[in-house]
Amino acid sequence: MAELFHHKLERTAIGFVIAIIAAASVGGIVEIAPLFTIHETVEDVPDMRLYTPLEQAGRNIYIREGCYACHSQMIRTLRDEVERYGPYSLAVESKYDRPMLWGSKRTGPDLARVGGKYSDFWHVAHLINPRDVVPESNMPAYRWLARTALETNDLGQHLQAQRALGVPYTDAMIANAAADAFGQAAPDSPFATGVAERYGEKTQISAFDGVVSHLTEMDALVAYLQVLGRLTDAAYSNTAAPEQAPDPTN
Amino acid sequence: MVQQLTSGERQNALVILLCVFVTGVIMAAAGGSDPLGVHGVIVLLFSAGLGALVSRSFYEPQPDPQRLSQYYDDPIKVGIALTLAWGIFGMFMGVWTAAQLAWPDLAFDAGWSSFGRLRPTHTTGVIFGFGGNALIATSFHVVQRTSRARLAGQVSPWFVLLGYNLFCILAVTGYFMGVTQSKEYAEPEWYADLWLVVVWVTFFVLYLRTLARRKEPHIYVANWYFMAFIVVVAILHIVNNLAIPVSFSQAKSYTIWAAVQDAMVQWWYGHNAVAFFLTAGFLGMLYYYLPVRAQRPIFSYRLSILSFWGITFFYMWAGSHHLHYTALPHWVQNLGMTFSVMLLVPSWASAGNALLTLNGAWHKVRDDATLRFIMVAVVFYGLSTFEGSFMAIRPVNALSHYTDWTVGHVHAGALGWVAFITFGSIYTLVPSLWKRERMYSSALVEVHFWLAVTGTLIYVFAMWNSGIIQGLMWRTYTEEGTLAYSFLDSLVAMYPYYIARAFGGLLFLLGAIVAAFNIWMTVRAVPVAAARQADVPDSGLAPGAAATPAE
Repeated sequence: MAELFHHKLERTAIGFVIAIIAAASVGGIVEIAPLFTIHETVEDVPDMRLYTPLEQAGRNIYIREGCYACHSQMIRTLRDEVERYGPYSLAVESKYDRPMLWGSKRTGPDLARVGGKYSDFWHVAHLINPRDVVPESNMPAYRWLARTALETNDLGQHLQAQRALGVPYTDAMIANAAADAFGQAAPDSPFATGVAERYGEKTQISAFDGVVSHLTEMDALVAYLQVLGRLTDAAYSNTAAPEQAPDPTN
Repeated sequence: MVQQLTSGERQNALVILLCVFVTGVIMAAAGGSDPLGVHGVIVLLFSAGLGALVSRSFYEPQPDPQRLSQYYDDPIKVGIALTLAWGIFGMFMGVWTAAQLAWPDLAFDAGWSSFGRLRPTHTTGVIFGFGGNALIATSFHVVQRTSRARLAGQVSPWFVLLGYNLFCILAVTGYFMGVTQSKEYAEPEWYADLWLVVVWVTFFVLYLRTLARRKEPHIYVANWYFMAFIVVVAILHIVNNLAIPVSFSQAKSYTIWAAVQDAMVQWWYGHNAVAFFLTAGFLGMLYYYLPVRAQRPIFSYRLSILSFWGITFFYMWAGSHHLHYTALPHWVQNLGMTFSVMLLVPSWASAGNALLTLNGAWHKVRDDATLRFIMVAVVFYGLSTFEGSFMAIRPVNALSHYTDWTVGHVHAGALGWVAFITFGSIYTLVPSLWKRERMYSSALVEVHFWLAVTGTLIYVFAMWNSGIIQGLMWRTYTEEGTLAYSFLDSLVAMYPYYIARAFGGLLFLLGAIVAAFNIWMTVRAVPVAAARQADVPDSGLAPGAAATPAE
């Protein structure tokens, strides 16, 4: 009977295509749609902050250079991972990540909680030539980041595009995007205070690459690396992790 | 090529190229110095080049009206050439990136040549450049022969083939400039994705219209797989790539999916790109070229039905096995694992069906390297589908995930299955397509076979070793209950395997170069065979006659 049915089915191309669509749709619908409706999928945390324009620019450089091909940002719920990298990653920690950068391969270590683990100076030296800091490393050198000026004119548009998708950037954040990017990397400038006002006191304001006068791609990438794992403390408070959250103010 | 088009069709081609050209000009003007502007220039140069080609032959004599009662093979020939060119490019990029992991200074201190930008040029080059062109070319061949009908269009096959290659060019040149969405195996940005949708819909319509012309009552199994490939890849591509651009003068966009939902969508896409691009499409090839080459009918029609619907249904559930132990909800992880294990049934049904088809033809496998390519492809298909189901089991995945074992698994499939079935099919197809007596050198086919087998084995064994060592080192504890190895210790242990892997890949690349030379010489130097002339739609006995499944 089933075979008879199939005999008929394979005589009609349109019918066959409809059958393919029907068979192939079920899995995706069952697995994806509930992720939007089941509330527990993403934890609710009050202290989750947004990426600053500089960190967002750094994130886009991380994407552009394909860092995700060798570094994951997802600590699994396994004992050795928690002991090596810190509390396991929560869904809420990448809530604003478009796209997510959980990664699929660790040629280098996981970076989900690298923020605050090393100094800005270490990161700059490491990015300029990884083998100066870690002789056995096989990571590419990114010298040109330190000599490439960061494009800031369109940062407002970047925030605007994300707001259209539901990220709660305010009008003031969008209007001041370029100034905030500059201010975050120039601690003593008049622009620095606005960054803390808009993005919270815990925002790290620092001359990331050591040069205040010029905003470079190195500033942006280091600012991004230093915020990884520090957008919220939820992973430290909601889990049985033994350690304390790193103090962002030191 | 252009001579085969009537003057009306030549005009249509020019109008289409003009539209593409204008799009290129708009992109270049809007984008300016943004990568979008560079891509605009590439689009306009691409269409201008093709436009010059068409114009040069514009006033040449009209084609023989008899052409409509013959198969349309010109686009297939160009498709084969593009397959080989992309194959060599993509494999070369693979060897280069592999070497960079052992010797990181091979990036020569430039942005465009650093590992993170080169990696997608390798994956796109081999999956979409090599694999995609092979699928388009062979699907055009198979649908005509098994339907005994000419392709339902004179210009649209060219639009599909060349439009698809424009997409691949935009993708790869974009990576060098740092244009990427970072979505694995879906890196190209919004404008390239939109263009692919146009090309793909044309492909789908062309395929259905050709099937509608068939002179056989039943649609042959190979076409089921090619249809599943075309339809499902369209769905996956559109859903995964939904994004809004920062502005219409910029390449950069933000995907509409965020965080955990994005992870699920990406791996739903990612795993089914493996399923419907790298498996279904190539099973279509297998179901035609295996019976043709072995001169044996497919062992079982029922097994074909079982495995086709099993693959189409089960695969779509399996993607979440890429996200075990992550922040993705547990219930989705378990569904993914369960369906991945069940997937072994239809996968091995296909592999078994193919191997049993060879019963009675094993002496040919011994003597004919082309058939041996197909046989080894089936063995690797069985092997890597088993390995895949195994690695999808949560505790196994705890060890294998994030390590080189995954890379080894992918290459067992990509080299052992996809590339082997492609080369086996091309060696079967080339002499018949160019109506030659035989390949230029069967010894060179033999050389290619052994280079490819050796390269694949070295590669896969190196990655199995490195991956399992890596996974074990990360979870080894000392007697005091602390982690025994730093991450760096595990990296240092990888270097010998990274060198071995680059060498294995190099052998595979050399094999592909030998293949390209052999095919080039076949077209140039081997005499035309008189007996091949019967390959026309109305001959009653198409060369695919042996491909009719046994009841």
